[in-house]
Amino acid sequence: MARYPDGKQKSALIPVLHIAQEENAGWLSAEAMDYVAELLSLKPIEVYEVATFYSMYNLKPVGKYLFEVCQTGPCMLNGSDDIIAYIKEKLNIGVGETTADGLFTLKTVECLGACGYAPMMQLGKFYKEHLTREKVDALIAECRTVAAANN
Amino acid sequence: MGRKLLLEKANIPGIRTYDVYRANGGYTALEKAFKMAPADIVEEVKKSGLRGRGGAGFPTGMKWSFLARPEGVPRYLVCNADESEPGTFKDRYLMEFLPHLFVEGLVISSFALGANTTYIYIRGEYAWIVDILETAIAEAKAAGWLGKNILGSGFDCEIYVQRGAGAYICGEETALLESLEGKRGNPRIKPPFPAIKGLWDCPTVVNNVETLAAVVPIIEIGGEEYARIGMGRSTGTKLISACGNINKPGIYEIDMTISVEEFIYSEEFCGGIPNGKRLKACIPGGSSVPILPANLLLTTAKGEKRMMTYESLADGGFATGSMMGSGGFIVLDEDQCVVRHTLTLARFYRHESCGQCSPCREGTGWMEKILNNIEYGKGKMSDIDLLWDIQAKIEGNTICPLGDAAAWPVAAAIRHFRDEFEWHVLNPDEAQKANFGLRHYADPIHVATA
Ligand SMILES: Cc1cc2nc3c(=O)[nH]c(=O)nc-3n(C[C@H](O)[C@H](O)[C@H](O)COP(=O)(O)O)c2cc1C
Ligand code: SF4
Ligand code: FES
Repeated sequence: MARYPDGKQKSALIPVLHIAQEENAGWLSAEAMDYVAELLSLKPIEVYEVATFYSMYNLKPVGKYLFEVCQTGPCMLNGSDDIIAYIKEKLNIGVGETTADGLFTLKTVECLGACGYAPMMQLGKFYKEHLTREKVDALIAECRTVAAANN
Repeated sequence: MGRKLLLEKANIPGIRTYDVYRANGGYTALEKAFKMAPADIVEEVKKSGLRGRGGAGFPTGMKWSFLARPEGVPRYLVCNADESEPGTFKDRYLMEFLPHLFVEGLVISSFALGANTTYIYIRGEYAWIVDILETAIAEAKAAGWLGKNILGSGFDCEIYVQRGAGAYICGEETALLESLEGKRGNPRIKPPFPAIKGLWDCPTVVNNVETLAAVVPIIEIGGEEYARIGMGRSTGTKLISACGNINKPGIYEIDMTISVEEFIYSEEFCGGIPNGKRLKACIPGGSSVPILPANLLLTTAKGEKRMMTYESLADGGFATGSMMGSGGFIVLDEDQCVVRHTLTLARFYRHESCGQCSPCREGTGWMEKILNNIEYGKGKMSDIDLLWDIQAKIEGNTICPLGDAAAWPVAAAIRHFRDEFEWHVLNPDEAQKANFGLRHYADPIHVATA
């Protein structure tokens, strides 16, 4: 908070919403947003307005692993359509859906600034680049192993 | 080999860390700058001819000299690291691999502008880069290049990293400021310009990452020497992020003296097109700039070799030219479909429109829908003219340039590839299975031999 001048605590809203989402299983519930409003002395509407504007905030529950696959032009030129179709088939879900075991959600996103390393997706904090069907298989297997070990 | 100013040291192992950066001449430009008067630094930047690397190409020195300096009011420097223009991924490279070069540029620029607080507004998805930057900032501070009374100059400076949350529009400078204030990224009506009323209504300079990093070599070698590199008003070096159908996608620093053909085909840069395929088209400056067919890309309408400079890429205006833009260089080979590519861009702009102005909000949605119909075999011939009309009605009729940015790619695609759109409409079934390829070239397409 010291990074903003006095009285400008509203600037902390976007960073704080990121933290709230991380702490709330990857999505922003109404309760989570109300809590943030209280924390920053803002009206709840000011928080909702912002949360609905930015695409990184999930307003519905998501799986433990969120596959955010880029589908914009440069990635499309390098086969992102095929990667998206493959993930759908492999996980048996559509875009925006979550697997029955609650492990995976597939989301398509627009250019993530990795166009030279396409096709690609964001998984948590990091990017997975130069995707192939084999890499997708490996990623899914790895997520399942980690999830099983944590249970 | 062209001259490298930004990436010269990029391959030194460990250059990301403070000690290695310093041992290789890092922070000597900062030492030099702090012996200068701030106004003289602005003067050097003016002399260098440096143009903003974020897309608009506005002269940086001039922008800095417009900054209002009322007594008792803080001034801010805000670095635009939102980098969301499809095809553009150069700022990421600088921040990820040369964070100290970037921090050094930020401190020098803050000193020149008298900004005691500087924010880096970085796109939220670059989450791991935030850690890299914060480490570099902490290291610089521990070494005395940042913080209170830097090098005994009496000048204090703090740099903070602020994450966005997924919104291309926040790359537009006034939307960025709104976002930094904790609001939706709705662009402001200009004037007033940020130089007068910016962050929290205080005078603010917004510059791109590459622009601010370039201040380091400008101070190092002097503005005049920097201006001697390149051609015409395209001075110095420019980072190009190359992607699409090329053998060696990645970040290249060019000195703005090479031709487009050399850039695509030489081993030093993109290394040609994979699998011996031929070049169909290219968007040379990020998704917002006009797409050009191969013949107009390599040679201007006047028959001159097209060069990788601001002027040459724009030669011929929108009728036969394009723009340097952000340096996002997207190459399409002979098997790519221009309709499909344009559709992905239209979807992008619909998704990213902030919705404030109706021509942009409605027009982007409408264009996406029509393009979707054409691509999926449900288009009509009249749709092509309708698309043209919609883009023309958006252009110039909106609060911010996103409207234009959405209109231009569609306009250029129709202008140069109309027969490919018509083919989709006339052959809906075939268009689902096959590609138009290079059929629309009346003349045999230029095949580079380089
Ligand atoms: C829709 C839109 C998106 C933009 N995105 C970016 C961006 O991601 N990064 C950037 O530096 N400039 C972007 N710009 C340009 C900025 O508004 C501004 O001109 C730039 O940050 C100024 O810095 P410069 O003079 O150093 O280029 C964008 C402009 C528009 C209209
Ligand atoms: S042109 Fe589009 S993005 Fe820009 S202010 Fe208007 S609606 Fe928003
Ligand atoms: S288009 Fe996918 S990362 Fe840029």
